[in-house]
Amino acid sequence: MSDSHEPQASESGPAPLHGLLAEYTTTGDILRASKKVRDAGFSRWDTFTPFPVHGIDRAMGIRMTILPWIVLGAGLTGLGTAILLQWWTNAYDYPWLISGKPLWSIPANVPIMFELTVLIGGVTAFIAMLVLNNLPMPAHPLDQVKRFARATDDRFFLLIEAADPKFDADATRALLDSTRPHAIESILEDRKTSDKLPTGIIYALVIATVASAVPFALAAKARYTKSRSTRIHLIQDMDAQPKYKAQRENPVFADGRSTRVPDPETVAVGELHEDDHFYRGTQNGAFARTFPPTFRVDETAMLRGEQRFGIYCTPCHGFGAEGNGMVAKRAEELAQGTWTPPSNLTDQRIRDMPVGEIFNTITHGIRNMPAYGPQIPTSDRWAIILYLRALERSHAAKIADLAPAERTGL
Amino acid sequence: MAAISDVNPFVSAPVGDNAFARITDNVSRIAEVERPPRAWYIAFACALGILSIFLGSIGWVVWTGIGVWGTTMPAAWAFPIVNFVFWIGIGHAGTLISAILFLFRQTWRTAINRFAEAMTIFAVMCAGVFPGIHIGRPWLPYYMLPIPNQMDMWPQFRSPLEWDIFAVSTYATISIVFWYMGMIPDFATFRDRATTFWRRLCYGVVAMGWRGSSRQWHRYERAYLILAALATPLVLSVHSVVSFDFATSQLPGWHTTIFPPYFVAGAIFGGFGMVVMLAVPARQFFGLKRIIQIRHLEVMNKVLIATSLLVGYSYMMEFFVAWYSGNKYEAFTFVNRAFGQYAWSYWAMISCNVLFPQLHWFKAVRTNPIATLIIGMFINVGMWFERFVIICTSLTRDFLPSSWGYFIPTKIDFMTLGGSFGLFFTLFLLFCRYLPMVAMAEVKAFHPSAHAHEPDHPVEHTGQAPVGI
Repeated sequence: MSDSHEPQASESGPAPLHGLLAEYTTTGDILRASKKVRDAGFSRWDTFTPFPVHGIDRAMGIRMTILPWIVLGAGLTGLGTAILLQWWTNAYDYPWLISGKPLWSIPANVPIMFELTVLIGGVTAFIAMLVLNNLPMPAHPLDQVKRFARATDDRFFLLIEAADPKFDADATRALLDSTRPHAIESILEDRKTSDKLPTGIIYALVIATVASAVPFALAAKARYTKSRSTRIHLIQDMDAQPKYKAQRENPVFADGRSTRVPDPETVAVGELHEDDHFYRGTQNGAFARTFPPTFRVDETAMLRGEQRFGIYCTPCHGFGAEGNGMVAKRAEELAQGTWTPPSNLTDQRIRDMPVGEIFNTITHGIRNMPAYGPQIPTSDRWAIILYLRALERSHAAKIADLAPAERTGL
Repeated sequence: MAAISDVNPFVSAPVGDNAFARITDNVSRIAEVERPPRAWYIAFACALGILSIFLGSIGWVVWTGIGVWGTTMPAAWAFPIVNFVFWIGIGHAGTLISAILFLFRQTWRTAINRFAEAMTIFAVMCAGVFPGIHIGRPWLPYYMLPIPNQMDMWPQFRSPLEWDIFAVSTYATISIVFWYMGMIPDFATFRDRATTFWRRLCYGVVAMGWRGSSRQWHRYERAYLILAALATPLVLSVHSVVSFDFATSQLPGWHTTIFPPYFVAGAIFGGFGMVVMLAVPARQFFGLKRIIQIRHLEVMNKVLIATSLLVGYSYMMEFFVAWYSGNKYEAFTFVNRAFGQYAWSYWAMISCNVLFPQLHWFKAVRTNPIATLIIGMFINVGMWFERFVIICTSLTRDFLPSSWGYFIPTKIDFMTLGGSFGLFFTLFLLFCRYLPMVAMAEVKAFHPSAHAHEPDHPVEHTGQAPVGI
């Protein structure tokens, strides 16, 4: 750690002088001595105190450190990192829409900007302090001096290095004498402590460096090569469960299926559906032309039908049942050529169609139209047909169809 | 165990022919004594026992699933988050004392800042455990870090829970850096006093070759000042961000703008409560009465009165806003807090946090170590209940009566809560035994004899001496 390497090359004779060390008992003494040494124009000298002595910076002529500027730079780096990180991850690389808010808005990103500014600034303040101070510093010629141990306890020391251009063994000692120190001691260079790291530590560092690269190397290998063996699955979570899923093979049953089919002769309670007219819209094998007797045709059913028609039918057929719902209009606009337009339900063809056939179409679907049987309960399907009949009637209505009292209200 | 001593080796007067040497001896001998007193071993054994309960209950939770806690819908946050906020709140006093009081040049802080910082770090460690085990799969929290992964997904940076990750981990890192940097000169003192090879090596490594050079002190003080300036807004931000976890939700009783300042005030209050609770036995037991004086306890108790009033004001203001907002859900929530199913916890909180600390208005109480200790304990209980009240009353009484419920903790819940104190005290006792409990260099720097003899700068510090050695 010493600054003069050449003298160490010759191992014979007394060690060369490192410097002169003066010891003081009070802060006042060290401050006075510092000013004298400063004014004498020395440059390679330092004081050692158990705590930061108030005013010693000025007494020694220490200039302001650049550390605050380094921390400022680090803090701004942290700020920039946070901005880039958040913008890149949430607004650019993986655009993440949250509640329809903008992908990139500063206020929601401020907390992390602040935290990273402080984190990188703070850690840099510490590291910069160590680097600028040449720490860690494992050995120093002063470590050979017994009295110097009190530098971290209760005594104040001043060291002028022999390497200083103004250093002169006698004159410098005289100068220090004039500061009325508690003691003065000559410090020799340290020849016993090697400048090199012990071999054991070097080996340990090499091994640790190599060992720390192994996981990364394995990860890289796994990422860029193919393998037939199953992946390592340390935490099982609930990925493997001892059960058979639907549509999978199952050796337990003779048919080899895990999905079981109900017995063909089975009918669930209340699901017999033997009334053909009501459940299938047929009478004696032909589509019925009348509403089933079990369905009550009244105003309640009509209003129910209007509401259900509004939910299920209007998206394609439109509110007037003319085949001009929003979905149909949009499909026409796109003109992709795959669209079969929905029927205009007020056509004469539909007016003449038996109600049973309309019921059948709603239940099973036709062309593009999906089956609505599973979604709309049976009586609601009849209610929709009832309402449709009313729509058809109103579509071709004449003023004469209205009661005299209603005509004036138009 | 031959290493156990029946007499407390710390009661004798510290050795030294000057004030600085006596400060060094007073603090260093705690870590240097070859035969720690029996009481330390008893305390350490208790702490280890409680720690083993903690680890056992966590192991059980991880192995079985978090169903072994009472945590369930609608109280999905329950004990783990109550405990998290409780510990992270305690972890605020250390940095407050170290950084904010440093910037305000409150020299009395030097007596207590080191172990308040240690307390902060251990409390943040306790806090950090809870979100990790609360998620039920403690091997997955890395999802919250922006690590490139095979799913090509990134964390959601507009979520307060994500802010929390950054705030708490930044706070932990900066607190540790601040704490360690403060200890470097004291480690150097330990190294230079070491009598055995291993002590010299270990303290030598952590002291990093610090020799007290004034050129180094200059940069060191700059760095310390900057760290304090950075840590000051940080300490305020951390509990504000924790409060965002609640405030940015829409739940009645959580969705309030008062939360950030209210949480920060509560954190400082709870943290100081813990500091006095630790300071009283520590100064008694480790012979630090000359450094941590009654005067220091009194100042801290005054801080407790101030923060208690702040917290009480927040409780009042929450009620006022609930009424003034005209929001019936908000109004119901607060009436329910005071008179509903959890009224017992609400009134426990009010009496511990607002009523008992008012005893400190009497000088006889706030200068009495025993009273200080007891009121400090009450404050810790009260601050735990504050978080319980906020979390459990709001979660179990939200907008829809169909999703109302009542949270009942299980014995595992209590084991995890109580066990976390085992972790805290184990670390704290190890700290007392091996690390410099008081910032010696700082205490010396503010001692009158550090300023007495300089002709150019007449004594500026005419106030009370910080240390009576």
